[in-house]
Amino acid sequence: MTIEVTARYFAAFRERAGRDSERVSTEARTAADLYGELARRHGFADSIARCKVAINDELEDWNAALSPGDEVLFFPPVAGG
Amino acid sequence: MSFKITSAVIDPAARKRELERSTAGACVTFEGWVRNHNEGEAVQALEYEAHQAIAEKEGERIVAEALEKFAVSAVCCEHRVGKLAIGDCAVWVGVSSDHRGAAFDACRYVIDETKARVPIWKKEHYASGTTGWVNCATTARPARSEDGSADDQN
Repeated sequence: MTIEVTARYFAAFRERAGRDSERVSTEARTAADLYGELARRHGFADSIARCKVAINDELEDWNAALSPGDEVLFFPPVAGG
Repeated sequence: MSFKITSAVIDPAARKRELERSTAGACVTFEGWVRNHNEGEAVQALEYEAHQAIAEKEGERIVAEALEKFAVSAVCCEHRVGKLAIGDCAVWVGVSSDHRGAAFDACRYVIDETKARVPIWKKEHYASGTTGWVNCATTARPARSEDGSADDQN
């Protein structure tokens, strides 16, 4: 089953994708699957082990299930300090 | 708010006053400054970006953990976003406690966890005119780049 979600990109991901966000029709069931799909599309080179994901403004596990209408935020490796 | 993301200049003296307790015998603070080099490249400026709501929520968790793990009285942390110049204070952590040991440990814990967990990103502007996102394998496509950055910069 295909669902529609919104993907939001930050920092290096935003620059690489050339956009802040996009609507995505996907068969991905988890955040990790969706990242894999979008990484291929845009050429994101960071492994999920070093990245973070948030769904609807809450940090989530990469195995979190996606629901129609979710906003999925992709965070490249952090570098505060 | 104990953990704050700000685009304004950090005022360490003001934040330090929040740590004052009549029981406290120690105060440890840490400041992270913008330096002019990283991994052999001359750096001219830094740009920090954060997801403010999630950064502050995760930061508050880190502060709560520090209060739980160490015998400290008060903990706060503030992180800048936006474009910073060499020498600017990018992050400030302050801890007060009865005795110094716990304050040193908690201060170290807060800065280390902040660097590892909080959604803040750092873009370096190099003297060579290129830019790079620190810790990131993903780089902008040369064709899209408005700042001349190349694909092999990281």
